[in-house]
Amino acid sequence: MTTTTVKSAFLKGLADGAPFILVIIPFASLFGLIATEAGLSVLESLVFSLVVIAGAAQFTALQLLQEEAPTVIVLTSALAVNLRMAMYSASLTPYIGSAHLWQRAFAAYLTVDQSYVVAISEFEKNPQMTVPQRVAYFFGAVTPVAPLWYIFTVVGALVGTQVPDSWALDFAIPITFLAMIAPMFRTLPHVLAAFVAVVVSLLASGVPYSMGVIIGGLAGMLAGAALEKRLAQKGAGND
Amino acid sequence: MIDKTTLWIVIIGLGVGSFLLRFAFTGFVGDRQMPAWLLRHLRYTAVAVLPALVAPQVLWPSATGGEPDPARLAAAAAALAVGLITKNVLGAMVAGGVTLYGMLYLLG
Repeated sequence: MTTTTVKSAFLKGLADGAPFILVIIPFASLFGLIATEAGLSVLESLVFSLVVIAGAAQFTALQLLQEEAPTVIVLTSALAVNLRMAMYSASLTPYIGSAHLWQRAFAAYLTVDQSYVVAISEFEKNPQMTVPQRVAYFFGAVTPVAPLWYIFTVVGALVGTQVPDSWALDFAIPITFLAMIAPMFRTLPHVLAAFVAVVVSLLASGVPYSMGVIIGGLAGMLAGAALEKRLAQKGAGND
Repeated sequence: MIDKTTLWIVIIGLGVGSFLLRFAFTGFVGDRQMPAWLLRHLRYTAVAVLPALVAPQVLWPSATGGEPDPARLAAAAAALAVGLITKNVLGAMVAGGVTLYGMLYLLG
């Protein structure tokens, strides 16, 4: 019984993560291409993607390496780009924090934008899921993403061709994220959080190290939480 | 030419650092209860961080050299609207994709 529900949770995650295949293939190929153009071997490009598994941070690091920026600056900048992963980690903890340590370690390694957004929307929608089901779902959701990230880094590095710009695949990332996020706007605080996050991130887009995302995200979280508290107090006062 | 020692320091440093960021809460906090105020803020992580991440890409796409692009703006609006109304993720993705290619075709 438990085995089947865990297995079906994995398969559901797999299906829900599948649309990201279209996003990951061009993104990973581009990394492989740019890495080899920067003088990395195919093996070095692959190890980069295997060890770091974070697109935006890898592109940032590669660019700064090419500009011969000091190593400390390369690391700081790329880690700043990845700072949102700590926020994802915190957000997932109430749902999978009691899983086995090795499962949490694997889940941590595999925490990327795509696996996070797929998993968190499912966990919020189905609060009755057990922890093993949630873990299985998470691993299912990342299964179409992570292997393709490695494989197409190598393909991009070997083939050395790029998807033409006219295909506009750059925009697959915003479209998939917006499509994932829109159904999560269930309450007024959710809508306010997103609105504030967008406005602040646009205003802060000039802040170095991609910190505009973090500043915007934190501002949105503060706004959503503040409104939730206010509405709850008002509701309690009316009773 | 990228110095090989620097490259490996960056790969390993970035790998370890990224893992620690991702493990910070799921790993180190685990099943310890987090305070209510923190949980209240964390409920808005996804709906705040991801829009903050994509907003600049929607408004100033790098593919058009940072110039706002009607096709991309319309595609983002379509994905958002269909997602909001139908709550259907795949439907929203298809709506965004169809709008993007339709507009790119029409605008040449």
